[in-house]
Amino acid sequence: MRTLRFLLQKEFRQIFRNPAIVRMILVAPTLQLLVLPLAADYEVRNINLAVIDHDHSTWSRQLTQKLAASDHFQLVDYEESYRAGFHLVEQNEADILLEFPRGFERDLIREGKTTVMMSANAVNSVKGGLGTAYALNIIGSFNKNILTEMMPTPAVSPGEQIGVVSSVRFNPLQTYPLFMAPGILAVLLTMVGAFLAALNIVREKEIGTIEQINVTPIHKWQFVLGKLIPFWVLGLVAMTVGLTAAYFAYDIVPLGGYLVIYAFAAVYMVAVLGFGLLISTLAETQQQAMFISFFFMMIFILLGGLYTPINSMPEWAITLTKFNPAAYFIRVMRMVVLKGSTFADLWPDFKTMGIFALVLNSLAVLNYRKRT
Amino acid sequence: MSEVDNKTIPPVISVEGLTKQFGNFKAVDDITFDVAKGEIFGFLGANGAGKTTAMKMLIGIWKPTSGEGKVAGYDIYSETEKIKRNIGYMSQRFSLYEDLTVWENIRFFGGIYGLTREELREKGSALIDRLGMGEKKGSLVASLPLGWKQKLSFSIAILHTPQIVFLDEPTGGVDPITRRQFWEMIYEAADRDITVFVTTHYMDEAEYCNRVSIMVDGRIEALDKPAQLRKDFNAESMDQVFTSLARKATRSAD
Repeated sequence: MRTLRFLLQKEFRQIFRNPAIVRMILVAPTLQLLVLPLAADYEVRNINLAVIDHDHSTWSRQLTQKLAASDHFQLVDYEESYRAGFHLVEQNEADILLEFPRGFERDLIREGKTTVMMSANAVNSVKGGLGTAYALNIIGSFNKNILTEMMPTPAVSPGEQIGVVSSVRFNPLQTYPLFMAPGILAVLLTMVGAFLAALNIVREKEIGTIEQINVTPIHKWQFVLGKLIPFWVLGLVAMTVGLTAAYFAYDIVPLGGYLVIYAFAAVYMVAVLGFGLLISTLAETQQQAMFISFFFMMIFILLGGLYTPINSMPEWAITLTKFNPAAYFIRVMRMVVLKGSTFADLWPDFKTMGIFALVLNSLAVLNYRKRT
Repeated sequence: MSEVDNKTIPPVISVEGLTKQFGNFKAVDDITFDVAKGEIFGFLGANGAGKTTAMKMLIGIWKPTSGEGKVAGYDIYSETEKIKRNIGYMSQRFSLYEDLTVWENIRFFGGIYGLTREELREKGSALIDRLGMGEKKGSLVASLPLGWKQKLSFSIAILHTPQIVFLDEPTGGVDPITRRQFWEMIYEAADRDITVFVTTHYMDEAEYCNRVSIMVDGRIEALDKPAQLRKDFNAESMDQVFTSLARKATRSAD
């Protein structure tokens, strides 16, 4: 126990002498939480719309104005021909082209129906897809207005027969930070746990101090605990900073209570630390450790459900996410913060994370050699 | 200096047929020797001759391929953790923590060898006084000149009064005056009955040893007192002895 105390003392001293680590623990969570949810959300705004109006009628102008009035679209230009409009798309100045055919209004009045043509630039498929959907929505409601205007008192409403009243649960205002913050915290803990710890150990390998440690009577478990405990603490400190920032900036208070979050984070940290330790036993240089870390970080994030919902992934990818500890943490964080899930609800996740912790740490300890 | 030819005291290091093989390459090839208590044993050889490999097997961080060996009375296969308790080691690479202060390094390494708080305070202060580093006690080790770092490193390696201290090229890159002081420290340690096992490239340092062995291509080609070796090889200095042996090497230096 005394040996462990000396190890911990040394480790904490070194950590606090390293301004980069302190910055990462305090500044990174705050900045990421304040900036990222505001800048990077799913909403698509400022879709550039170019209109090619061959009709020049009241209604074509009305529809154009209606689209331009929405905060999703920005009317950038009127063009005379489709070719000129397409040129704008090629120049990346327009995302969506809307073309009104000659006789748009006339057909509408005489025959009760007409067509417009819409072309979307799908180089950015999210922008193209969502832009089309928004535009269809707006044209749809425009349709209804025309119907009521043209047939003031219809016998049977020709409009929609089934109306939908939707209610958004757990995040009623659909505030984006509320959804994003838990995920960002999860990524942060993974960074501190797996990668700071791995780099720290590999650094000792590189400098050669680990060889010195290996000829002392320090036991393997003492060395491992001496490395794990400080980073475990750091991870929870980083999370506290992050939760505080989330509270002050977005009024985020986990509905399920802080206790559940900390309890899960505590187990999660043990798991990712085991992972970091495993990396450190595989890498000989900090550069190697960085590359391995980066590789897994991408997988953790992309297959973690932070941006893409896991349910909409292909079957094989969903299976992969089951082996991604970050996916569990992101989900649990969201469930506790938004839905108010409790220990009882999350018991299976606690168990799975416990297994992760056990397996990863066992592998790491088995792989760590004082002797070759 | 202690008497080394006393055959009644069992040796602190005894090695027989020690071999380390990496694939087809025998880094250490069947070496046999004893080191007596309190002796300063010089372990010489060109770069790549196998000195460091042999030393790493003795201190328990590399497993021998074959052969027998005891260090401080413990088996080098099965009792490495006990060996580690009884030896000190100063590696080729500087291995104190540069981002800790002089005093923190002393405390850390003393602490993990199980020194009590009083021992740490007393021995630590004595060490600082002996090195005349009182003013530097609170400075980061990174800020010290190399010679001081090496002296500090050696002092810390023997802080827990081990039976044997292993020094792997301790004076590499150090100026002649500091080297001289360093060897005075080695003599002091030997006077306190700490056996010194040291590798070096400097032949003048070989003269300071009680006995030296010279490794060529993984084998020990000569082992005796420096004066005896000079006589056997009909040489004026250890330098000539070394050169005439090392010339036989077929392995290229690294």
